[in-house]
Amino acid sequence: MASTVTDAADDAAKSPVTPRRRRYRVGRLSRREILLVLLMLAVPILADLAFVWGPAIASVFLSFFRWSGVGGLELRGCRPAGGLLPDNGCLTGGDNYSQAATNYPPFWPAVEHNVIWLVVFIVFATPLGMLFAVVIDRGIKGSRIYQSALFLPVMLSLALIGIMWEFVYSPNYGLINTITGHNQNGNLVDWLGDPKLNLWAVLVEATWRQAGYVMVLYLAGLKAADPSLREAATVDGANAWQTFWRVTFPTLRPINIVILVVTVIESLRAFDLVYITNRGSNGLELLSVLVTNNIVGETSRIGFGSALGVVLLVISLVPISIFLYQNFKRKADR
Amino acid sequence: MTTALATKPTPVRVPRVRLGRILSYVLMIGATIVWITPIVFTLYVSLRPYSETSKLGYVSLPRSLTLDNYRQAWTQSDMLHFFLNSVAITVPAVILTLFFASLVAFVVAKVNIKINVVLLILFTAGNLLPQQVIITPLYRLYLLIPMPTFLSDSGLLYNSIAGLVAINVAFQLGFCVFVLSNFMRTVPDEMYEAAVVDGAGLWTRYWRLTMPLCRPALAALATLLTTWIYNDFFWAITLIETGSRRPVTSALANLQGQFVSNQNLIAAAAMIVAIPTLVVYVLLQRQFISGLTLGSTKG
Amino acid sequence: MAQSPTGPGPALSRRTLLRGAAFGAGALALPGLLAACGGSSGGGGTTESGGSGTNISFGSNYSDPAPKAAFQGLINDAKTKTGVTTKINTTDHNTFQNNITSYLQGTPDDLATWFAGFRLQYFAAQGLLAPIDDVWDKIGTHFNDAAKSLSKGADGHYYLVPLYNYPWVVHYNKSTFAQKGYEVPTNWDSFIALAKKMKKDGLTPLAFADKDLWPALGTFDILNMRVNGFDYHMKLMQNKGAAYTDKEITAVFDHWRELMPYLQTGANGRIWQDAAKTLEAKQAGMMFQGTNQVAAQYATDKKDIKDLDFFAYPEINSTFGQDYMDAPADGFIMPKKAKNTKGAKKVLEYIGTPEAESSYLKGDSWDVGLATGLVAPTYNDIQKKSATMIAKQKAVAQFGDRDTDPAMATALEHAIQDFIGNPAASNVQSLQKSLAKQAKSIFG
Repeated sequence: MASTVTDAADDAAKSPVTPRRRRYRVGRLSRREILLVLLMLAVPILADLAFVWGPAIASVFLSFFRWSGVGGLELRGCRPAGGLLPDNGCLTGGDNYSQAATNYPPFWPAVEHNVIWLVVFIVFATPLGMLFAVVIDRGIKGSRIYQSALFLPVMLSLALIGIMWEFVYSPNYGLINTITGHNQNGNLVDWLGDPKLNLWAVLVEATWRQAGYVMVLYLAGLKAADPSLREAATVDGANAWQTFWRVTFPTLRPINIVILVVTVIESLRAFDLVYITNRGSNGLELLSVLVTNNIVGETSRIGFGSALGVVLLVISLVPISIFLYQNFKRKADR
Repeated sequence: MTTALATKPTPVRVPRVRLGRILSYVLMIGATIVWITPIVFTLYVSLRPYSETSKLGYVSLPRSLTLDNYRQAWTQSDMLHFFLNSVAITVPAVILTLFFASLVAFVVAKVNIKINVVLLILFTAGNLLPQQVIITPLYRLYLLIPMPTFLSDSGLLYNSIAGLVAINVAFQLGFCVFVLSNFMRTVPDEMYEAAVVDGAGLWTRYWRLTMPLCRPALAALATLLTTWIYNDFFWAITLIETGSRRPVTSALANLQGQFVSNQNLIAAAAMIVAIPTLVVYVLLQRQFISGLTLGSTKG
Repeated sequence: MAQSPTGPGPALSRRTLLRGAAFGAGALALPGLLAACGGSSGGGGTTESGGSGTNISFGSNYSDPAPKAAFQGLINDAKTKTGVTTKINTTDHNTFQNNITSYLQGTPDDLATWFAGFRLQYFAAQGLLAPIDDVWDKIGTHFNDAAKSLSKGADGHYYLVPLYNYPWVVHYNKSTFAQKGYEVPTNWDSFIALAKKMKKDGLTPLAFADKDLWPALGTFDILNMRVNGFDYHMKLMQNKGAAYTDKEITAVFDHWRELMPYLQTGANGRIWQDAAKTLEAKQAGMMFQGTNQVAAQYATDKKDIKDLDFFAYPEINSTFGQDYMDAPADGFIMPKKAKNTKGAKKVLEYIGTPEAESSYLKGDSWDVGLATGLVAPTYNDIQKKSATMIAKQKAVAQFGDRDTDPAMATALEHAIQDFIGNPAASNVQSLQKSLAKQAKSIFG
């Protein structure tokens, strides 16, 4: 039976119901149309290059400097500190990188936490969101309500989320400790302060938001999937579980890739929940927060923060490239 | 083959189906309760006077419920003023992002030019960069770009609402180009061929043909963009230096006193601030899901 | 962003209803985009006075209602006295502080709120502040030497006009001490003995919180000043002739470890407001923190502030007695990029008077003015005692995150959280090593 189902899926994919993949031919573009295309692209491309790519590349450049963000940059080596301030705006070579790896205690914990974050998202938060989507997509009663409730966290502001979870986790006055009777000074469970617990506590918050986001994206993918496939499989006697795994899931490969990339990126960019909790210290170090602490803020070790940013950038480039490769291979296949 | 399968007798699996149903309901109802508990609890705290919760704790039965915190949050933080700032930032930013993204997406999806893969990479990858990585050079850049005074009284892109709109547009373009181009690909090419035969020019094919078809995707993106741009705090605090020109998220920060914080009041304020995004969601909800056909298998 | 992650600042009193005092009538105008004419955007925008005229703009981090109102009062008085109209540009405390580097290099206001200490010297040395020696020629007589040295940069020029300060002391409830017969301890042994007794009586001896990272720096500062003296503390803060690997620092952590059993547990997850609440509820016996915070919390919670009292941190090393404490001062600076410097200086000259200080303190009941011998008519007992106590000090520090490089303060804050989680001697040793190494990289 399994093979039948797969065949059905393949057939459907090839069936004439799906639109032709061939790109329509408009013939050669007239000169006026070429001008129009250029006009259409000019502003967005300029904005993207000037405000996103330009600064990103400049940050790579900055990561080789020691710079407080004040004054200009000079292409010369750094001198040892003389007066009140260390030498500023000078080249340190790879010093920022080696300092980060060897002389910055939060660095390795941050890398570790980013990895944990990623693992939890991949094995728990994202599948949970997908599960929600699948269940809702099966059209159970009140799906609109579940969908809205689960999506709610995505829409709330950072400040509100911070306050909500403070109410939930506060050691002496919070919801959890009060209900479980752990709110006395002798038996406190210090959810956000205990470095053994707080990452997990914050990951609950993160899952709370991520699952809703994934659910919506996945729901969109499911809605777009050809319903005749599922009907076919269901009629064939496959139960819901089998239908999903053997029919729906494989046909959703493109959206699965999108979800995977979103998941990876969200875990690498994870920032705000930790930042509002304790500015990413004491067990909650994350790379993005370290970048922020060094770049934005009085501290202003711009060069050092940029180096941390470049590390983050390089790590993000891995999933970005995989994604782009997959995405364009698919297009090339057409 | 499909029809052949359909004629097979359906095996009797009623008990199994029922169990699945029940499990589904248990899961969804349970998850919904867990998901909204923090929200409902915060709502509850925001309705209680500070004096009461500071005495009894947050988890206690109410002696009195009041909208006082809401009234105070509204007046004390001058919220209306900041709301209008947020509108002045979010509305143009969302409209411009959607407009520019749709232009690029149209070219990428429906105009056969060589560079469209490069374009898509440029925009999609750009969207994935962390904000923090680009802020320092961006800030310097903003101090260098002159603006006419009717758009920015500092004469610079820095510290102007126009500048804030610009970075939000630039930063969100990538995701929107990606989603919209995927969506536009689902429009059958035959329609365009027919349009060309009818003598429709490039602009007509974009504006008259593609855009109306993209309405669901635009609605979905509008919802997400509104949420993201409206809730943004990072660009607002780094690129705007006049406090009264920042969006409503900073009004919230103003309420979070650096020392003594009245959490009930802040909760009330945060609830008020959440209302506009909820309204946008409710208004666009119907089109929201159908519009987000990312990487649709039908395309 | 829930609380200020770094250092103390102005206090907050009751949540009085403020009808957008700082924003005035223009508050509802859509700024920027919709304001057709430059400079006429919504309330509090930067003025385009171009160096002439009698208008200045003032960047303020007094964002809490009470200080905001008090500050508005001060500015109104300044207008009456100097004829200079001031537009206030309020930004929340935390954001203001984080953005100070960008702010000063961007399009800053003519005057701005800031702190004394290394943080002043740091920005002065980078050329971002304008010297205001001529202002001090006029106001110098109102201040003692301690206040004067707080206001100078490393180059000896004046850069700050201070407004108020407040002491870091050990708070307690008079009623608890009376009821249990506790005595105010003056030295380490009696302090520990008292803590032990409180613990036996079922109290948390010392309420303690460090979720916001900065509060525990206070404990580090005071132990360092009590054990090693003020000069050593400043040397360490400025990385001049003292290192974190010194045995002096080991001694600081040794004392702290001795205190650990009496400190409220779970400090890393608690905001200090919640710690203050346990003192209010008389579940805790004492709390070491700034008056600016504890007293303000009492008022916010409508607790009996008359029951609140405090004493200076007990003596540890008789060489240094109780001669030093943290007493952070807040004041005002003039950015180098200020436009209307003439008007700004006029306002500064007014602010540097005892009269102006008492005008501000009308709306602030936990800080004390810095002008010599100032006793504002509105002072309560806490303020009176604070003023006397600060005046008695041989020297005051500005608090850990104001006396050292911000990056170093952050490193120290993180190390302290680590210590709170694991106070073992071996851990202290590795923390000291790591701090010393980081100091090397931060100070260059």
